[in-house]
Amino acid sequence: MGRTLSETDSKRLLAQHGVPVVAERIVASPDAAAAAAGEIGYPVVAKLCGDAIAHKTERGLVRLNLADADSVSAAAAELLAAATADDGDVAVLIAPMVKGNREFIAGLADDPQFGMTVMLGVGGVLAEALADVTFRLAPITRVDAEDMIDDLATQRLLGPFRGEPAVDRVRLVDVLVGLSDAAGANPDLVSADVNPLIVVDGQPVAVDALVELRA
Amino acid sequence: MKRDNFDALFDPKGVIVAGASTHPGKFGFVALHNLLAAGYKGKVFATNLEGTPVLGIDTVADIDDLPAGEADMVFVCTPAAANIELLRKCAGKGVRAAFITSAGYGEAGPKGIEAQHELVRIADELGILLAGPNGQGVISTPSSMCAQIVAPFPPRGRIGIASQSGNFVSSFMNYAQHYGVGVSRAVSAGNAAMVTVPDYLDFYADDPETAVGLAYVEGLADGREFFERIRAVAERMPLVLVKGGASEVGARAAASHTGSLATDDRVFDGACRQAGVVRAPSIEEAYEAAATFATQPLPKGPNVCVVTTAGGWGVVTADAVGRTRGLQLMPLPDDLRAALDQHLPPRWSRNNPIDLAGGETKDTIPTILEIAANHPDVDSVVFLGMGIQGNQGRMEKDGPFYPEHGLERIVSYHERQDRRFTQTAAEISDAVGKPILTATELSMADPSNPAVVGCRESGKLCYASANRAVTALAHLWDYARHRQRRGLD
Repeated sequence: MGRTLSETDSKRLLAQHGVPVVAERIVASPDAAAAAAGEIGYPVVAKLCGDAIAHKTERGLVRLNLADADSVSAAAAELLAAATADDGDVAVLIAPMVKGNREFIAGLADDPQFGMTVMLGVGGVLAEALADVTFRLAPITRVDAEDMIDDLATQRLLGPFRGEPAVDRVRLVDVLVGLSDAAGANPDLVSADVNPLIVVDGQPVAVDALVELRA
Repeated sequence: MKRDNFDALFDPKGVIVAGASTHPGKFGFVALHNLLAAGYKGKVFATNLEGTPVLGIDTVADIDDLPAGEADMVFVCTPAAANIELLRKCAGKGVRAAFITSAGYGEAGPKGIEAQHELVRIADELGILLAGPNGQGVISTPSSMCAQIVAPFPPRGRIGIASQSGNFVSSFMNYAQHYGVGVSRAVSAGNAAMVTVPDYLDFYADDPETAVGLAYVEGLADGREFFERIRAVAERMPLVLVKGGASEVGARAAASHTGSLATDDRVFDGACRQAGVVRAPSIEEAYEAAATFATQPLPKGPNVCVVTTAGGWGVVTADAVGRTRGLQLMPLPDDLRAALDQHLPPRWSRNNPIDLAGGETKDTIPTILEIAANHPDVDSVVFLGMGIQGNQGRMEKDGPFYPEHGLERIVSYHERQDRRFTQTAAEISDAVGKPILTATELSMADPSNPAVVGCRESGKLCYASANRAVTALAHLWDYARHRQRRGLD
């Protein structure tokens, strides 16, 4: 097991290589959290963020759909209070509440036989049951990434869907090639998970990310 | 290994069968038998401990007693313990390649593994390409060489086979025998101690006798290296691959068969797509895909046009195309519909599938096929409903009334027509450079049916069903599209 980067640092690393991520702020206090939310625009999410925190949802460290300054500062205070000594340095991440009917997952994984692979799959609560995922060996080209999108069995999710436009394939290719480039530029990278990758008005955006590096 | 070592393996000027036996139940007998029976063009020598003749061939007890420079390949049926000495002596006579059938090597525990390392080391030192050990053999149709301890010897063709399992070499070649779309080279890699499946495929990719590779693999020693190798092969020729151990239960079986590590099959699948390698789930689908690559031009686009003499076949084939990712059952363009109207009665389908609805006269079928195949929007054609008349003709020929009552004349007419139609399909395909796949179950039910014979004589595979033709076509288009998207043509 290697060491994980915080959500913010994970996203920052992937964004450097072209993976679209949500605009977000890192703050240290409830007041700063409310101020950041005011700048981003409501509703927002608040999450406790730190290098050692890998399973936020399981630990109840994510607060969704916060609609005003009071609820943001209250949530931030609770999150900071929930941090344990093992969590090390922590902060609160404030990000816009991203909504979309479609979720994908994307990532990097080191295969024992084939080395670093790039993955794309259908996300959401049924992701595991659907198991609609496809892999390529890193590095990939943009053409490889397009092929990956074509590989998905659930092609209807890529077209116009429930009043939302079709998924912007160029942006989805950016995600996959960005992951591949991130692996190429960081030999210590062991894995990356972009989950969920939510489609907002046709644009895929990384709402959460976790990068693991060799210890 | 160098290219001329592979040449010595596949096109040797002479072969020594080491360990030829007088007992017809022994591999050493069967190997010599098959080599002679297939009519190998080069010189044949054999060794046997007693020096007794086998199958009319004089044998020697010692390689030393053979002339130098006459044989460049040795086919080894002797026990493992004898083989190092054998290789040394063969090298002295000019041998550059050895196929080792002997067991008792890597598959036989730590001592066998040690013996295998030693065998490879010596072969390497002697400049001998070592195929096997523990393999079934090698065939090469341009040299009429059947150096293997099993049947069959397939017809000559352009499919190059390499397999981790010897029995699948036989399976592929049995299909080749049945359908008539033949093989250039085939080799059972056995333990692949020195030469691996990708090494053979790499040779095939530059071999003028071979147009497509067909391979079976189970375990991989190094997935990444395998990927780079097959990608380099697929850039030069189409490669069809079957991988055993794709499911979880299959992977356990493969691990006990080859002793190699299993990986997530979805990763292997993605690697194949990335490499432009056609992956088939079964041996028959793999053979049919390879036979299609060997005999049909690549489609330039996804548009499939179905031509049928009767409705039901067309409908089911339309379903098959509709279900197949990548392929499209194109709507019939107006100008094509108008052109066909000129030659068909009003009851024809007037759409795709082009259903002639029994409205054909003597030359209608070739005419329709030619018009459809020539239309610029049509990328490929599936051609159905051939052989019906020939099938009736067979019943009449076998019945009590033949040749009276005008039967001789009508049967012979229908036979000529059926054969002509499938041959014409091949000619049109060659002329327009688009795949035309003929499908009828008579391909299996009665290979002597004139429509089936027409396919075979024109060198094409007669598909046993339209679904199987569509599957083969999908593999062709996947490969063609892979090349197009990457500017490889």
